[in-house]
Amino acid sequence: MSMLDRFRQYAALCGGILLLGFTLSAHADVIQDANQLFKQKQYDHALEKVDGFLATKPKDAKARFLKGLILTEQGKTDKAIKVFSALTEDYPELPEPYNNLAVLYAGQGEYDKARVALETAIRTHPSYATAHENLGDIYAKMASQAYDRALQLDRSNTGTKTKLALIKELFSDNRDNIVAQADTAQQPATTSPAAQPAPAPAKVVAAPAPAPVKVATTTAPTQPVAAPAPVKPAPAEPAAPVKTAANSSADVLKAVHGWAAAWSAQNVKQYLSFYAPDFKTPHGRSRSAWEALRYKRLTRPKYIHIKVSDAKVKFSDNTHATVTFREGYDASHLQSSTIKTLDMVKSGGQWLIRKELARN
Amino acid sequence: MRHVLFATLLAGLLSSTAHADGFNIMPESRKMEALLARSMLAITNSHPDQALSDVDSLLKINPNFKLAQLVKGDLLLARAQPLTTFGDAPHAPQGRVADFRDEARVRLQRYQEKLPTTLEPKYLWKLNADQHYAIVVDTSKSTLYLYENDHGTPRYVTDFYITSGKKGADKVSEGDEKTPVGVYYIRSHLPKSKLSDLYGDGAYPLSYPNVWDRRHGRNGHGIWLHGTPSDTYSRPPRASKGCVVLANQDLLDIGKVVQVGITPVIITDKMVWSDAQDKSNRESLMHSLEQWREDWSSLNTDAYLKHYATDFKTGKMDFSNWVRQKKLINSGKAWIKVKLSNISIFSYPDQPNLAVVSFDQDYSSSNLNNRMKKRQYWIKHGDQWQIIYEGAA
Repeated sequence: MSMLDRFRQYAALCGGILLLGFTLSAHADVIQDANQLFKQKQYDHALEKVDGFLATKPKDAKARFLKGLILTEQGKTDKAIKVFSALTEDYPELPEPYNNLAVLYAGQGEYDKARVALETAIRTHPSYATAHENLGDIYAKMASQAYDRALQLDRSNTGTKTKLALIKELFSDNRDNIVAQADTAQQPATTSPAAQPAPAPAKVVAAPAPAPVKVATTTAPTQPVAAPAPVKPAPAEPAAPVKTAANSSADVLKAVHGWAAAWSAQNVKQYLSFYAPDFKTPHGRSRSAWEALRYKRLTRPKYIHIKVSDAKVKFSDNTHATVTFREGYDASHLQSSTIKTLDMVKSGGQWLIRKELARN
Repeated sequence: MRHVLFATLLAGLLSSTAHADGFNIMPESRKMEALLARSMLAITNSHPDQALSDVDSLLKINPNFKLAQLVKGDLLLARAQPLTTFGDAPHAPQGRVADFRDEARVRLQRYQEKLPTTLEPKYLWKLNADQHYAIVVDTSKSTLYLYENDHGTPRYVTDFYITSGKKGADKVSEGDEKTPVGVYYIRSHLPKSKLSDLYGDGAYPLSYPNVWDRRHGRNGHGIWLHGTPSDTYSRPPRASKGCVVLANQDLLDIGKVVQVGITPVIITDKMVWSDAQDKSNRESLMHSLEQWREDWSSLNTDAYLKHYATDFKTGKMDFSNWVRQKKLINSGKAWIKVKLSNISIFSYPDQPNLAVVSFDQDYSSSNLNNRMKKRQYWIKHGDQWQIIYEGAA
């Protein structure tokens, strides 16, 4: 399929999504409230609100998605599976429910089901990065299971154990990390902001704020879709706490703009120079693997324009700051907009990125 | 599946005619092997999705097919990261991976090389009417061939992947972990209930060491056909202590047709197929056998004794003792009648001029009658076939 065809598909999808977004907007505030509660871990209250909303709008995708996330956080896995599963039936074009379904299945050790769900997500959305990443993990996990069966490896084998633990970690606790990774890497997937949260199932949710970084890559269209309404709004808000230290807000922003300019210029070397040596690479990738990936992502598009707006800087001390801004990504293959958060550190007079999160 | 079940039932109900009905279908192991081979080929042809789907359907049939699990691991891992080698499992013991590689190679070869199913193995010169089936094992190809007796000549039925001795073939001594080469028979059957799990679903002890082995100082014991442990579908090509190991289902399939004390099991380390020269060799032996019977029946003792080689031996009796005794006996007879029936002849693997001849002997004479099952080893010295061993079978 040519890139053009693919893009048309996205465009079509987007349109649908927009419609969806539109109808929802009337009640968006209810969902937003529920999402706030959810983020504050007030799951019971959040669920109450969502259920109330669903009583009048039982088909609403955003509300159902949020409900799935809440149930996931509450540990009601079977119920969450039902919610996401029904969403995939009603909205087969949305990759996020498939992805979350996959994460839940994986949590139950149902790797084959997880694999099928992720492959479906990718089929509907070939550039859906989180699904790709998760699928990679699932494949690795399934491979290690197959190897263990082949070799009848002793469970006490340390190598095997470590590996399993790693994978578990990905799926259970390190959500932030996942999100971050997802964002960065993937462009595609990310689609709009919303999308992002979805992907990384549970975790994602939690981390909505960290916007999908580079999202850029992907299909802009998705954004609307991203159904998980909550997401979008969220980012902005958190950012709010603007407690700018008088000192060097301008310096931090200068670094951010320099970083965006290097990206737009597709100058990989310069772009990478904005990352601290201890930058937390997504998905636990090695630094070199991550750099190689970024090289591809930066050099492949015919052009890239990064636009930074609504930037807010918050200092935790003189050498540590967090910048949140809207990142507009406009490239030859896709446009998108995400909320990005950069954890920055001042080192040798330079502000460098230590952690990068994207979400919508 | 239904067909397999049906065949099983049929074999159970009609055990006396099992040889006619038992193997009309391709054993499941062949289908599994074909799926595995196809998936390995699909990998090399860059169709990993097809390969994975083949391996998955294979593992649905038998999740204990460890080689298939390994291939599956590779196929999945390849989706997550580039593979560096076959069996790219982290921390995999290298010896185990090498075993898997051997099994993959052997099975692929079995799948790709069309076995010459229309040829007769050189060894099955004549099957007697009681021998419904014959087994030929080729350790070099990790293959057990099953032949059906079609009016005395062998007809290919099917073949199975097998495991043989860790150290190869041509067993010489106890504990050398080699599989013997020679002509043997199924001696007995040991059911699963009497065996440890290592032997799987049953065992058929073979008659190693035979007369020829003993004469050449070969020893050892406990060479069996047997199955695989319950958690394992198949073992590497070379892994046993000398036994011939089959997948459990294959062992059970063979169990439907083998006859204890009757079915021959010829083991070679290089299959040779029958040709014109071989057939003429066989004719000349059959002629010599008939000549031996006639010379004995006609009380032409000198001619009769010429059929025995000077290195003849039976029990503690050597050639000169034998000559003395036979002359003595024959001199006391007014007449002798000898009838041979149920003759089977197997030419010996790796010994082009040696054959094992068995028959029912119906002997009557002026002062003694007797019927016995007899076995002779014939050897060809120059142009002449001669007997070097003779005894009760």
